[in-house]
Amino acid sequence: MIEINNVSKSFGSLEVLKGIDLKVEKGEVLSVIGASGSGKSTLLYCINALEPIQGGEIRVDGIDVHGAKTDVNKLRRHIGMVFQQWNSFPHMTTLENVALAPRIVLGKTKAEAREIAARQLDHVGLGDKLDTYPTNMSGGQQQRLAIARALAMEPDYMLFDEVTSALDPELVGEVLDTLKMLSEEGMTMILVTHEIPFARDVSDRVAFFRQGVIEEIGPPSQVIGDPTSEHTKQFLSNVR
Amino acid sequence: MDYTFHWRPVWKRLPELIEAGLLTMEVAVLAMLLGIVLGMMLAFIRMSGRRELTWFATTWIETARNTPALLQLFFFGFGLGAFGVHLSPYVIVLCALSFNNAGYLAETFRGGFQAVPDTQVRAARSLGMTWGQTYSRIIIPQVLKIVYHPMTNQMVWSVLMSSLGMLVGFRELSGETQFAASQTFRVFEFFAITAVIYYVIVKLILGGSFLIHWKFFRKGEG
Ligand SMILES: Nc1ncnc2c1ncn2[C@@H]1O[C@H](COP(=O)(O)OP(=O)(O)OP(=O)(O)O)[C@@H](O)[C@H]1O
Ligand SMILES: [Mg+2]
Repeated sequence: MIEINNVSKSFGSLEVLKGIDLKVEKGEVLSVIGASGSGKSTLLYCINALEPIQGGEIRVDGIDVHGAKTDVNKLRRHIGMVFQQWNSFPHMTTLENVALAPRIVLGKTKAEAREIAARQLDHVGLGDKLDTYPTNMSGGQQQRLAIARALAMEPDYMLFDEVTSALDPELVGEVLDTLKMLSEEGMTMILVTHEIPFARDVSDRVAFFRQGVIEEIGPPSQVIGDPTSEHTKQFLSNVR
Repeated sequence: MDYTFHWRPVWKRLPELIEAGLLTMEVAVLAMLLGIVLGMMLAFIRMSGRRELTWFATTWIETARNTPALLQLFFFGFGLGAFGVHLSPYVIVLCALSFNNAGYLAETFRGGFQAVPDTQVRAARSLGMTWGQTYSRIIIPQVLKIVYHPMTNQMVWSVLMSSLGMLVGFRELSGETQFAASQTFRVFEFFAITAVIYYVIVKLILGGSFLIHWKFFRKGEG
């Protein structure tokens, strides 16, 4: 379970998160929507300690993420993250991209790591691209590579930060299909997205962020289908 | 022109010249390796933004790049000598070349690091890699690829600059040539052959550099 208690976060004098409270249960899919600059990405970075926080606490399976004694490298093994920019490692083949972390972080043997990597790449539909270099692949393929790379660590949680917004429109579908597949397999996910219909389709709950606070949270049928907040209504009518 | 060329003394000394050429290569390659390690450290110190360390790195880099190489050499030779630190000619040349290489390479590396998106660091860290694993496996290989050609140029420069070593009594290729020429008075012949040997050394280095590039950096290209 991910527990976020009254978290605040600032960049200098700019307060980006202003007391966020949120719980994500095992197996749940939570979508986070909201205007640009509302703090959605920042929250994800705080959850796996890529950014420090100034107040409150975040616990992942009971472990205090920002605790002084917490081994963040160990913690991050349980939390996969995929970014808007797909961040393939350009000097490695697809297979090497995925096999590296299992080998050097989890200590798997070379053969084990390659086997895991091949399996995950096959899972996201890149089974025929094992020896290809990322520069020779489309954005959609590279984004699926990034997903496979995170999955190879066998994480308990996956964080997705607008993973389709840098893609050409015709490539969005294949990545959304991959996300959908993961949700159906029971992966616990927090999904920052601008794809409202998709969020409505896959999420158990949707949170609408506004200026560093959660303005509204609930099942998609409510937050997207029948929002109570004026701000949510306005945001949804703008993105539609 | 009444100068008659006499090549026989040169041929007789050719083994010594070639041996001195190998010494030149040795010191230049060692200075390059040290320069890469030190330059990398200077680049990291500069990027760390820690005041108490950056002034040191900045002074090093600025001195290496903005003062004559000859003075840098004399510093390690006569300068340190004045403080009672007497180094062998080999060590003086190695230190001066490494110092100079490190200063130039630090700036080259810094540019290389800036060219790798910092989202690569985040992606690696999010997979649980430590800072050291992130840099050694993900970032530095990409930087080395970006700076490969400037690095090759630095290597060539390092070979040519080692010829200054004869001014602190180092019998590398130029020093050996000078010595042989002064014994036989065939100054032109000796330096002509030596120029050819330098040329061959540089070509060997460029060839080796091409092979290394082909082996390690061709991957992932277009
Ligand atoms: N490293 C940083 N340093 C300073 N300010 C930052 C930094 N990262 C984000 N910010 C600021 O924090 C605020 C929230 O940013 P964040 O990226 O979390 O928003 P977002 O909701 O993800 O927006 P978008 O939809 O555009 O991705 C923005 O005003 C942004 O400019
Ligand atoms: Mg964002």
